[in-house]
Amino acid sequence: MAESSLHQAAKTAGAKSYLQIVDVVKKFGDNTVVDHINLSIAKNDIFALLGSSGCGKSTLLRMLAGMETPTSGKIILDGEDITALAPYERPINMMFQSYALFPHMTVAQNIAFGLKQDRLSRSDIAERVERMLELVQMKKYAHRKPYQLSGGQQQRVALARSLAKRPKLLLLDEPLGALDKKLRQQTQLELVNMIEQVGVTCIMVTHDQEEAMTMAGRIGIMSEGQLLQVATPGEIYEHPNCRFTAEFIGETNLFGGHVVEDEPDHVCIHSTELPRPVRVGHGITGTMGMPVWLSLRPERVGVSRRQPVASGNWAAGTVGDIAYLGGFSIFHVRLDSGKVVKASVPATHWREEAAPTWNEPVFVSWTDNDAVVLTQ
Amino acid sequence: MQNKDISGFGKLTLGAGLAFLYVPILILIVYSFNASKLVTVWASFSTHWYGVLFNDDAVVSAFGLSLKIAFLSSAMSVVLGTIAGLVLARFGPFRGKSLFAGMLTAPMVMPEVITGLSMLLLFVELQQWFGFPAERGMLTIWVGHVTLCMAYVTVVIRSRLVEMDRSVEEAAMDLGARPFKIFFQITLPIIAPAIASSFLLAFTLSIDDLVITAFLSGPGSTTLPQLIFSRVRLGLNPEINALATMTVLVVTLLVVGANRMMVKAERRRARLAAA
Ligand SMILES: Nc1ncnc2c1ncn2[C@@H]1O[C@H](COP(=O)(O)OP(=O)(O)O)[C@@H](O)[C@H]1O
Ligand SMILES: [Mg+2]
Repeated sequence: MAESSLHQAAKTAGAKSYLQIVDVVKKFGDNTVVDHINLSIAKNDIFALLGSSGCGKSTLLRMLAGMETPTSGKIILDGEDITALAPYERPINMMFQSYALFPHMTVAQNIAFGLKQDRLSRSDIAERVERMLELVQMKKYAHRKPYQLSGGQQQRVALARSLAKRPKLLLLDEPLGALDKKLRQQTQLELVNMIEQVGVTCIMVTHDQEEAMTMAGRIGIMSEGQLLQVATPGEIYEHPNCRFTAEFIGETNLFGGHVVEDEPDHVCIHSTELPRPVRVGHGITGTMGMPVWLSLRPERVGVSRRQPVASGNWAAGTVGDIAYLGGFSIFHVRLDSGKVVKASVPATHWREEAAPTWNEPVFVSWTDNDAVVLTQ
Repeated sequence: MQNKDISGFGKLTLGAGLAFLYVPILILIVYSFNASKLVTVWASFSTHWYGVLFNDDAVVSAFGLSLKIAFLSSAMSVVLGTIAGLVLARFGPFRGKSLFAGMLTAPMVMPEVITGLSMLLLFVELQQWFGFPAERGMLTIWVGHVTLCMAYVTVVIRSRLVEMDRSVEEAAMDLGARPFKIFFQITLPIIAPAIASSFLLAFTLSIDDLVITAFLSGPGSTTLPQLIFSRVRLGLNPEINALATMTVLVVTLLVVGANRMMVKAERRRARLAAA
């Protein structure tokens, strides 16, 4: 793409998207770690990059911070091409996975460090440090050294330090990864509140889907350096666009098959693992006979003793395992084809009759709108 | 290893080994307080020889010179060794890196006789060609000691930098600090204990060096180890015992100081890691 047209594209898109990552590639030797990523993020969005360990999330984040240089591609922030800027010239601050607090400085000095680099006046610095300490509720600890703080307190100091300069973009690398599970859940919403209170555009990286779903407005699923899907948490869960996403986010039943009926408003999929074609109430971009995957979430599958009256979208089987989880139970139903379908049934479903037990013959069923066709 | 389970025989050998190491030093200290002029005959307790020692101009000036050289060479080797350690630990792979690392640390394994001799030849040649250094003395000894001490400092600083969490430096850069500032405001304070202990290490290496010094000293410059060595050759003398006792005292203080500093830094780091 010519320089000017790219610039033009950036200008026009700039109205909606605050940060643009344009075709960014990062190679370490022959190893492509970030593979042609394009991404736009709106102002004041909280965006989460979600992917398993080693998929290149941190590398992408480090390129935004300037710690790594892209092999090719551009990064545009607020209409300005920042690809070639050094880390200390970017209006971007990062909260490191290890927090990376300065061990020889107090909490207040840690927060003031970035402000001092901007040569703010002493009273301005003191005032902003004060406000940041208030924001993260660490006023009492202003004169402690990092090693005198708990993990959760260190995390809040790290956040305050990266927010103090009022960056245009805040980067969080596994922000809660170093905390234990209980503290993590409690901190998730707290962290979102603080970020929203300041009103900063934020990209976070995590391998924890619950963390991403709780905290982010939009999520990007990454695998092997590629961005597979970008959408809201709800869309990603309900309408995954590929097999990886469907399996990565939550639990699902996957059936391999091919298209036997292709209409604008519905398709029918034949799978050897199911007794009759499955009707799905959405069109797909595909052709007759093409191989596809069918994703059916466990909570969308009903279990009953009576044979469904509908002509399709059901199958007979026997109960294998039952995992009782209090509010609901997971039934592992073995179909006649040998395929095991997981069904998550709420406890309230079994008011009139007792829940089926092991080896009891049952029927699993779902509606046109429950299954999702995955074409890749 | 389990200290609890040392057998009787083990205790015996350990005791014998320690005695072998420390009894001579102990005898030396005891006899430095001997009133008699004869080294081997105990007369009575006296601090007479310390008085003689402090009034011996040759000893006092040699001690002064040794201190001066030790201070200057450890200061210089800390500066150069820190820079070298930084280059080796932080400046990625570059051409000739392993050669550079090898040459820096070679004086540690090189026999001191070789180091001393080769530097002597170098200075003689330099004098012939450039007339500088005009004579051997404090300057040449200093250069020789820096060469030796810098190798040790480089190793200490490099390993400290390698184990240091790099993201702390990256965080400083991310917050707007430029590389120079990061070094002085972040890296240097964090590795300060390692720098201090490598200074003390260099100091002890320099102050008791005899071999390199012997090659590089001139007529007017006699260091303390040289003086002791030459006096002892003329026969044992209680004054030398007193001098050696003083040396043991100084070295012990330095080593204990360095050790405490390292233990303190280690504890602080452990606490930081545990938090
Ligand atoms: N500086 C580097 N040199 C070589 N390979 C690297 C470097 N940094 C990261 N990698 C490799 O890139 C891949 C992705 O790393 P990273 O972005 O840290 O993954 P994630 O954060 O998603 O777990 C890993 O296989 C890692 O080994
Ligand atoms: Mg990572």
